[in-house]
Amino acid sequence: MRLLRSWPAAIGLVLAVLVLLMALSAGWLFPRDPLGLAGRPLQWPGDNPRFWLGTDNSGRDIAAQIFHGARVSLLIGATATAIALLIGTAIGALAGYYGGWVDDALMRVTEAFQTLPNFLLLLVLVAVFGSDIRTVTLAIGLVSWPASARLTRAEFLTLREREFVAGCRTLGMGDAAIILREILPNALPPLIVYAGVVMAGAILLESALAFLGLSDPNIASWGNLIGRGRGVLRTQWYVSAIPGGAILLTVLAVSLLGQGINDALNPRLRQR
Amino acid sequence: MGRGSPEPARLRWPPLDRHATARLAVTGSMTLRPPMSAATGAGLIVENLILRLPPGADRPLALDGVSLHVDPGEVLCLVGESGSGKSLLAAAVLRLLPPGVTVAGGRVALGGTNLLSLPERDMRRIRGARVAMVFQDPSTALNPLHRVGDQVAEPFRTHTDLSRAAVQTRVLDLLAQVGLPDPAGAAAAYPHQLSGGQRQRVAIATALALEPDVLIADEPTTALDVTTQAQVLALMRDLQRRRGMALLFVTHDFGVVAEIADRVAVLQRGVLVEHGPAQQVLNHPAHPYTRALIAAVPPLAPAAPRPVSSEAILVAEGLTKTYRAGRFSRRAPVQALDRVSVTLPRGGTLGVVGESGSGKSTLARVLLRLLPPDAGTVRLDGADLLHLPRREAAQRIGMVFQDPYASLNPRRRVGDLVAQGPMLHGMARGPAFALARDLLAQVALDPAAADRFPHEFSGGQRQRIALARALALQPAVLVADEPVSALDVSVQAQVLALLAELRTRLGLSVVFVTHDLRVAGRICDRVAVMCRGVVVEEGTTEQVFLRPQHEYTQALLAAVPGRGWTPPQTPVAPAPT
Repeated sequence: MRLLRSWPAAIGLVLAVLVLLMALSAGWLFPRDPLGLAGRPLQWPGDNPRFWLGTDNSGRDIAAQIFHGARVSLLIGATATAIALLIGTAIGALAGYYGGWVDDALMRVTEAFQTLPNFLLLLVLVAVFGSDIRTVTLAIGLVSWPASARLTRAEFLTLREREFVAGCRTLGMGDAAIILREILPNALPPLIVYAGVVMAGAILLESALAFLGLSDPNIASWGNLIGRGRGVLRTQWYVSAIPGGAILLTVLAVSLLGQGINDALNPRLRQR
Repeated sequence: MGRGSPEPARLRWPPLDRHATARLAVTGSMTLRPPMSAATGAGLIVENLILRLPPGADRPLALDGVSLHVDPGEVLCLVGESGSGKSLLAAAVLRLLPPGVTVAGGRVALGGTNLLSLPERDMRRIRGARVAMVFQDPSTALNPLHRVGDQVAEPFRTHTDLSRAAVQTRVLDLLAQVGLPDPAGAAAAYPHQLSGGQRQRVAIATALALEPDVLIADEPTTALDVTTQAQVLALMRDLQRRRGMALLFVTHDFGVVAEIADRVAVLQRGVLVEHGPAQQVLNHPAHPYTRALIAAVPPLAPAAPRPVSSEAILVAEGLTKTYRAGRFSRRAPVQALDRVSVTLPRGGTLGVVGESGSGKSTLARVLLRLLPPDAGTVRLDGADLLHLPRREAAQRIGMVFQDPYASLNPRRRVGDLVAQGPMLHGMARGPAFALARDLLAQVALDPAAADRFPHEFSGGQRQRIALARALALQPAVLVADEPVSALDVSVQAQVLALLAELRTRLGLSVVFVTHDLRVAGRICDRVAVMCRGVVVEEGTTEQVFLRPQHEYTQALLAAVPGRGWTPPQTPVAPAPT
């Protein structure tokens, strides 16, 4: 496999598989509710063999929260990425394919979203619509699409001038079929690569939100755990540091993997 | 020339530099040092050169024991089709081989020094100073961000310690020598402000800056229009003679060979198959491959006239199209079509010829309804083509594009590509695929090709696929935009023969857009000559070729390289694809 020839991509793949295994094995290794009271609060990792990553300030098992949190992070990351790419691809495809005033209008909307700091926008959305996990995911998707719209538009701008598209038009093919069946498959590779960046961003956005205490408090997410550890940051720093490390590794995994796929898909780099 | 530029970005005719050769006689007295007598410089000797291709290439060796020499004061044309290894040979001389290609043996000697064993440091002193290179595409060989004068000065700054003022004088002198009308203006300009021909002149000036012993030119005129090409060829020939340089000229075009070569070397898949004086190779080729190649070159003459119906199938009248630059651009609008009227007889072939920017591709696009005209009508079999429902229009007029690599969606199987049209128009999948297989057989491809992807085919085969795809809707009229320009000459001859056969068998009427008058002469019944959006002359191929009325047509015909040479049409088996 070409992907594994470069070591960053290989590391990314190993880390990603690790996080995925954590998410899958969470229910089997820690069958109890990760948010339930497990033992004495603020036990250091290693102090008690039952809690090998220790307990937080409410006496919950940190290891259980990390494993279950992997599920939440991956789920939020994947769903929000799917939403962002769906919106971004649709807007970018229409703007790039039709050009003219459609392009102007859609790109002004995109710019409006891009000029607003997306975290600020996310805060507003969560403040207005509540912090249920579904709302949070949707909101993250809604603030993450502009860059993918620009990427799709750029691909469509060049692809629509290609002769095979003109060829389809001379066969009498309609616009919808040309966009979806002829151009889109050719525009996908860079988007798939970019999905890694969006996903890393989405995971970070959720943790930032949780750190501020604005994410769904009823789930075991890494951000929530960091947020809870904030109060004891100077004495029991491990409560925040462990989930922080998990986020770091996950985001790193997704980015490295995206970069690796990019290199693997780039025919110019194949021979090196 | 029309290679892949549908936008008439810059009108190049009449080019600014059309009197270049005449001017050279005047500026020639300004050479840096007095013209050398031939044979003072060193020649280039290539001995038994073997180049190895990376594993996975179509053959293990790019060059298999090639030996040739270029003496001072002579022009050696290295001829071959794509993939023959001719460009790699040129790159090997300068040790600029692409990654993966390695020298496996042999010698490249310049005046007694083996260039292949020189340390990289010493090699850098040779490049640009003793051996210089001119590339195919002048628009990418120049850096768009630097002024032309700075780029021509580059070799002086790299290899000499002349003062700034001295360099400036030499740059202006060089630009004058290559026939640029306003050397000071050209030096201050950026590459995009010059035409393609002018850019190639700048590239030549840069290459000649340090008076190299050997000049290597890799298809230097292939990207140029035919009239510009004639000027650049004359210029290169002139400078080479005057300076007694050895010129290694790499080309695929036998017309150009006839124009410029003293000797010819023919390369076939990395093997030198024939080597000799130009007159002998061109007129009495010995090797079967050379014979096949030369027989595939269409003579610059009208083919025997065919009986053509007097009834018209397609009549375009008063077509007008203006490209406007963006709202905030100060560029003047370009009149791509100016009241163009052409008539295509039923069952006939109308050639639309012209240089880049003449509007010929725009005309094709308007006929196919890929572009709406500003004014004018097109009647096809009595129906108003421009106002028919798009699907109906698609069934009556089909298209073949220039670039068989770009005109097929790389992600679809060939069967899919051919069956797509009929399926769009309501045919069920089964019959559509049966039709596709049948069509593939008709264009002389194995019907099993249906299950493969376009990238698995050669250029000529892909153009056959494109033809099958265009014919799948059984159109009455086929519009072909430079359909053979991207193909090697032997493949070109095969595709043209196929097109001629299909046109007779299916009763097709064809609009054939081309920049190549030789090709137009071989296949067209009528020819319309376009220049700057206007049809300047239209008539039967015989009339236009033998009795051209308009001065532009006369200039075009006079500029075709090798017009004085008639390729010997020995009956030989066609070369393998």
